[in-house]
This record gives sequence, structure tokens and C-alpha cells, in this order.
Amino acid sequence: MKDLPDSEERRANLKGLGCARKRVEDARFTQGKGNYVDDIKLPGMLFGDFVRSPYAHARVKSIDAAAALALPGVVAVLTAKDLEPLGLHWMPTLAGDKQMVLADGKVLFQGQEVAFVVATDRYIAADAVELVEVDYEDLPVVVDPFKAQEPDAPVLREDLEGVTEGAHGPRRHHNHIFTWEQGDAAGTTAAIDASEVIAEETIYYHRTHPCPLETCGCVASMDKINGKLTVYGTFQAPHVVRTVASLLSGIDEHNIRVVSPDIGGGFGNKVGVYPGYVCSIVATIVTGKPVKWVEDRMENMMATAFARDYWMKGRIGATKDGRITGLHAHVTADHGAFDACADPTKFPAGFFHICTGSYDIPVAYCAVDGIYTNKAPGGVAYRCSFRVTEAAYFIERMIEILAIKLGMDAAELRRINFIRADQFPYTSALGWEYDSGDYHTAWDKALKAVDYAGLRREQAARVEAFKRGETRRLLGIGLTHFTEIVGAGPVKNCDILGMGMFDSCEIRIHPTGSAIARLGTISQGQGHATTFAQILASETGIPADKITIEEGDTDTAPYGLGTYGSRSTPVAGAATAMAGRKIRAKAQMIAAYLLEVHDNDLEWDIDRFVVKGAPERFKTMAEIAYAAYNQAIPGVEPGLEAVSYYDPPNMTYPFGAYVCVMEIDVDTGEHEIRQFYALDDCGTRINPMIIEGQVHGGLTEALAIAMGQEIAYDDMGNVRTGTLMDFFLPTAWETPNYQTDWTETPSPHHPIGAKGVGESPNVGGVPAFSNAVHDAFRAFGLTQTHMPHDHWRIWRTARDLGLHG
Amino acid sequence: MTKMHLTLTVNGEAVETLAEPRELLIHVLRERLGITGPHIGCETSHCGACTVDMDGKSVKACTIFAAQAQGAEITTIEGIGTPDSLHVLQEMFREHHGLQCGFCTPGMITRAWRLLKENPTPSEEEVRFGMAGNLCRCTGYQNIVKSVLAAANELNTVKEAAE
Repeated sequence: MKDLPDSEERRANLKGLGCARKRVEDARFTQGKGNYVDDIKLPGMLFGDFVRSPYAHARVKSIDAAAALALPGVVAVLTAKDLEPLGLHWMPTLAGDKQMVLADGKVLFQGQEVAFVVATDRYIAADAVELVEVDYEDLPVVVDPFKAQEPDAPVLREDLEGVTEGAHGPRRHHNHIFTWEQGDAAGTTAAIDASEVIAEETIYYHRTHPCPLETCGCVASMDKINGKLTVYGTFQAPHVVRTVASLLSGIDEHNIRVVSPDIGGGFGNKVGVYPGYVCSIVATIVTGKPVKWVEDRMENMMATAFARDYWMKGRIGATKDGRITGLHAHVTADHGAFDACADPTKFPAGFFHICTGSYDIPVAYCAVDGIYTNKAPGGVAYRCSFRVTEAAYFIERMIEILAIKLGMDAAELRRINFIRADQFPYTSALGWEYDSGDYHTAWDKALKAVDYAGLRREQAARVEAFKRGETRRLLGIGLTHFTEIVGAGPVKNCDILGMGMFDSCEIRIHPTGSAIARLGTISQGQGHATTFAQILASETGIPADKITIEEGDTDTAPYGLGTYGSRSTPVAGAATAMAGRKIRAKAQMIAAYLLEVHDNDLEWDIDRFVVKGAPERFKTMAEIAYAAYNQAIPGVEPGLEAVSYYDPPNMTYPFGAYVCVMEIDVDTGEHEIRQFYALDDCGTRINPMIIEGQVHGGLTEALAIAMGQEIAYDDMGNVRTGTLMDFFLPTAWETPNYQTDWTETPSPHHPIGAKGVGESPNVGGVPAFSNAVHDAFRAFGLTQTHMPHDHWRIWRTARDLGLHG
Repeated sequence: MTKMHLTLTVNGEAVETLAEPRELLIHVLRERLGITGPHIGCETSHCGACTVDMDGKSVKACTIFAAQAQGAEITTIEGIGTPDSLHVLQEMFREHHGLQCGFCTPGMITRAWRLLKENPTPSEEEVRFGMAGNLCRCTGYQNIVKSVLAAANELNTVKEAAE
């Protein structure tokens, strides 16, 4: 170190932006000292468990809880009748609909909550669930969103019968929720009709589930002496939960404390408000004892928020040399029994209108119809920004299909149509203002890294060898260039239940020059305690190792909208930088006083203010902090604290170029990922180690979704994939090694230029894996086959193409 | 339900507790003995978050009845290292970013601990196969595999130096 110039050493000591700093969270996690919700044990705590519907659609004729109540240890059995006087038998969803907390007269999906049993331990609660007798009369089931729209389809939501105006405009059928559209319908149709080449296809993005390793749960505890309700839970947005709990219960918000402890993965599953939370809160208020509810895995997959389930019909036009002329999309969105999507209020289909992707498309139109079916509610952003993975999958499939129609290489087709670096900020045909990007550079780097031309030669040779009967394996090259839209979002158009989607950071510098910062977000594995300290270190000159980051306790943290949609770095990260700058502004005044110079005579140098032209005269941030508390400085308040509530001026637009090289066995349908190259551009890179980890994880979730994972229903509405035996989560054995790379195009409007990265690999990964499967069969006439590409489906594709001889 | 008297050795200490015979070992550990390192992810033996070491084998504590554990010697993540003397696996998981949300980590490390006793010099393929009973939703395994291989290397270097 002694050879380093002084400033380099000081900079390294900060462990600020760009440092692959080891995580501060790991000490407790590697020693089993994490504190997750099921680890919380309060004196006298009771356990809640649900009686759930075995039917997807049935009338509930009666509920008899006598036998359950007679079991020693059972404290209460709650039904809708008990919640009705409190107005809590239904609750509002985040999407402007309402949802039954407990079955009110009928059930609408398998696994729906019917009664809530409260007992002294979890075994007794489970026994009591079996003793509750529910008399059902089954009703016709609709699991297909197209059949649900037929004139004589059964009425699912009797509570909405005759209601022709929904939260997002007119309803045209009793199972129709909304139609949402964006863009120029007539102009798009005219442009495509006039095109030299037109490609049309229906692309299904199947229903899946975020399935974090820890399920959802909470511990609710009413202190009747102080009138204070505390709720610990797996909440990705604890402040929103507090506000919703206050509005629903009538308890003043200052008397509610919501705490998100360590969270065992979220991926969107833990954004919504579930009946278990409401029932636990009611139960603690009724019994005066803490009540814990933690769902099991089957409950998690059957009843909490699913993701995707989008039928996307696309039409794309182009000139014969490959210039795209227009894009038209119509989506039939299966929302299940209640519209419980977690999207910003004005966007019932999320940001699906990012579906023009990375391409300069002159005119476009998209429409989304939300439909009720007898499936679980949800529609959350599973490791992606709101409906962005659906949009990216749609456009990246349409590009491939257009390439087939044009007889053109899909990499070249992308290159021709990319938005050029000199076009940013770029306004898309569907109204988004892309902040920055350099797609051509990223694309060229990716293609070079994998020797794309060489891969295509190998593929062509393989096809010939296959035709000659020399091999039974095909080679697929899956390409993707995705553009994400994250960091929701500007309060002017982004809110959830009316709450603007800003975020926040509050900093206290201690007299001896260490600090604590609290944020409105909550980490679920992203490493906030590590990375937010790095942002602050670079802004304030206090080493990251001397900064504590705290999140998740609404009594101490500033109000924020939480962690999902890759919004933590774009929004709370910006708040952190801005709060750090406020600290520095005050520190400059103090330093000027201490050094007896004018404020303007000072300049910032890594961790100190230096007198311009006299570098030997300086005050470090630690010295300034001590003076801030202990020296009377005229005109300056004591102390060194700051808070920032950051309302982002725009979203950020991370992007990336992925290539997946896949071997496919035509006879067994098995696949092998031979190479996966992922180039991500997330703007300024805060911690390269954590970025790489996020990319590995997101790609593996993409692998799961593309290659096998689905929530499947039979015609009776039974969930066929309700355990981890049937629901594909890749193990270390099935997961390949990934090759990561990057370019760095900072966001011009973010204080440190960062864009967010956690979800990009899922958004880009799914089309990359899926395109590889499709590409392997391109030479044999395949244009579209739906995900998930499990072995059976791949085998079936080969059979249908006549490749089994 | 009638409770049985259960005697176990957990992390080197003799412990006794009353438990219903049907209780699962993971619940006995977590609820009765306050050992919350091993977690519950599925209760069907698939995810491995509850992995503990029982009589020299990795087991999923969510599918062992308390009655089956009578007299057993059990090691959990809490018994693998101490704050003052971390096990090299714990160090390597941090060093190589082998964890994110941390929920699978105790089971993951406990399994790796046994794997390296069964096979002190595993190949990458053997690590991937040997850890396939433990699911992780965050890391994509690449850094977990790296951590385990680094730990094996470190343990072997120490062993060679001692010989």
C-alpha cells in the first residue's frame, strides 16, 4: 500500500462505488443467526392455520367449527361471518379490486381461504383445520380466459354482477376486468398492412410463481395496554402494509409498527397483502395474544401471488430488407379470481408498453384485456419490473419470428433496428423516454465474445450432419437484446393505492465520524446493507465499514414504497446519494468556519474538504462531524443529519445482450446449456461482486421459467403443480455456469448514474433460453412453441416436426 | 397427545426435552430447543433448508420424526463454527458471495460440511451432484460451488501443511 499515492489509499479505504466489497450481512447468515419471521417467538404466542377450499368454484353452504373448537388448545375459528361486522371479510387489492379475506358465500379458486383456526401450537392448529366441516356445492369451473369471455360463461364474481365500470374503465362482460390500451391503433394497423413483410403469432407466457425459499408469514401482536399493534412479516413494502393496516383496521397509523425482519427471498411474492396477515391481526386483537401465521409450501404455491399468464397476440411489419415498420400487440391476461396485481395504479398491465424493446419502431399499439378465471389471484412482477418480462419475451420472440419470415439472421435484424446511441434520450412509439443506451456496442461485444459467426457455421454443419443421420443432437443459439424499465417511479404518474412511489434515506453522522442510515426499502438478499453504505461512503467520505444501514422497521425508517421492480437502487439509492450530498453541504460550511475561509474556497477531496491551492490545509469528514456536535458554530445548528425523499424524474432503462448456446437431444427432449454469455449494462456499477451474483441468480430463475416451471391447472381448477416435486426449481446439478460481462452507460438523471440490475437477468434470460430452443429447430420449420420447454414438450416438438423418423 | 422424553446430543451438548412422537425434528430443534439456524422451506424434503447432520449423515429435519431422533447426535449450523473461530466453509461462502438472502445458507453449509468429510477432494461435478438436495433461489449456485471448492482446497492445504 505504501507505493500508492495518498489519495488512492484514502479512496480504497472508503470501499465506495465500484468496490467489490464483501457483504456485511453474511456474518450472521453463515452462522445461522439470521432473524426470519418464523424465528420470532413471543410469550404466549398462538398459531393460525387456514381451512382452504378443495374446489375451484363452489358455493359454501355451511361451516361447522364445533368439533374444531372442542379440541383442547383451539382458541378460535374465524369465518367471514366473524369478520363481516368489522368490515374485514373483504379487503382492497393493490389493483383497485377487492378480494375475499375468508370465503363469503362462495369460493373462487382451489386453496382459497375459508376459515382461520387459532390454537396454542401449530400441530393443534393443523389438527383443528381437519375438524372444520365445510359443506360445498360445486359450481362450473372456468380456467381458460377465452372461455371465460363466452356469453354463457358462468358468472365468477357475483359481487360485481351488473357493474359495468371497473377500476380501469368499462367492463364488457361479467368476467372482464378491464381493457387497457396504449399507442396508435389505426396508424399501427395501416403501417403494418402496407408493409412488404408481415409476421403474426400468438405467444403464451405461462403462469408461474416466484416461490422464494421462505414462504410468506407474519406475527401480529396487539399490546392492549399501550394500544399498539406490531406486525412482523415477510413484507417487501413494510410502510405500505402499515398504511393499509391502518386504513383497514381503523387503528391510527402511529399506533401500528410494521417490521420486516430478514426476508428469505421475495421476487415479487411478498409485495401483496394476503388474507393471512388480516386474519392474524384480527386474531391478535380478539385474543390479546400474539398470533403467528406462516404458510407451508403448498399454500404458498396455490394461494399467494402467481406471475405472468399472458396470451400475447403479435403482429409486426417490416420492409423486405428488415426495417421494422410497426408493432401491434393484443394481450389476454388471466388475472385469476380477484385482480390482485401489484402494479402502479395507472398501469393495470404494468409497463407492458415497453414491448417495443430495444428497437426504433415508428408506430405501435398494445391493448390488454384483464379476465377473471377460477385461479389464484396475483399477477405480480416475479423478478422483473411490472409486466416487463412479458413485454421483453414478446418482442424478442416477435423479432425471431420476423427473422424467419424475412429469411434473415436474427442478430443482424436486431442490429438494423436498434435505437442508435445518438438517439438517446429516445421517446418510444408507446410513450416512454429511454434515458440512455448504447445497444450496438453491447451487441457487437456479445457476438464477438461468443464467436457468433463460428457458432452459426457449427450449427449449419450440425444440421447437415443430422440430416445425414450422423447425430441426434441439434444446436440452438438463443439471442436476446432486452431493455428493462425499472425504478418506479415518478410520483406524477406512479402510485400504489394512492401512495406516490418516491423513496427515502435518513442519515445520522455520529460525533466520532461513523454513521447510521435508514431507508424506506427492504433487502431480501440484494445486499442493501453493503451497497447503500458504499454509495454513502463515496458521497460523505466516511468508510463504508463505519456505516450501518437499517431498513424495514416503520417506527424508525423513513417512509418508502419498498423493494420490488428493481426500484431500490434507482429510487432509494438516489435518495441515499442526495441525503449524502446534504450532509456534505453542511459539512462544507463547518469546514469553512474551522479553516477560517469562505465556503467557496474549499473543494471536496475524497474524504475531506481542502482549501483550494493549499492541500495541506484540510478538515476530514470525521473532524467535521466532531465539530458539528461539539463546537458552537455561528449560524449553524448543531448536529450532522440529513433526510432525502427522492421523487425520480424518470425511470431508468438497463439493458443487456445475452447469448445462450444449447444442445438438444431430439429423441429424449433433454437439453444442455453449453454456454451462456450475459452482458449487462446497469449504468454505474456500485458493487461488481453483487451485480454478478444478481445476474447468476436471475438467470437461474429464467432457466427455471423457460425450461420447466409452471403453475398448471386441470379443467376442474385443480393445481397440478402444487409441490416442489412437480414445480421445477433448478438444483446445482441442472444449473450451468454463466459468463458475465458488462458495458457501463450511466443514467443521465440518476444522481450517481445507477440503473438497477436485480431483474435484468430474468427479463433477458427467459427469451434467451426460449429462443435457443426455437433456434435449434428453425432449420426444420418451427416458428413458435410455448414455454415451459420441459423435456416432454421439446420431445413433442421434435415429434411434430417429423424428426423421430 | 402424550409426549415422549427425548434425549439428544445437539452440537456436542446433551439435551433433553418432551415432544410428541409425531413432531418433526425441525420443529423440536426450532421450537423446543431454540435452534433456529436450520429453516423450513417446504416440509416435503425437497428444498434442504432444514438440513442438519444426524449420526454422521446429512438429513432433512422436516421429514424425521422426533421419535426417530431419540439418542441421536445432531450437528446444526450453530455447531459448525463459532463467531471467534468460523469454519472455513463459512469464511469461503462470504469470500465468494455464496449467499444472498441467507435462508438456504445454514442447510447449504451443513450439507457441504458433511460432503467434504465424505469426499475431501471433490470435483466441481461432484459438488454439484452432492449439493443437489439443497435448493437456492438467489445465487444460481455458481458461487456456492465456488465457495465449497475453495473451502475444500483450503482444508486440504491446511491438512498438507500439518502432515
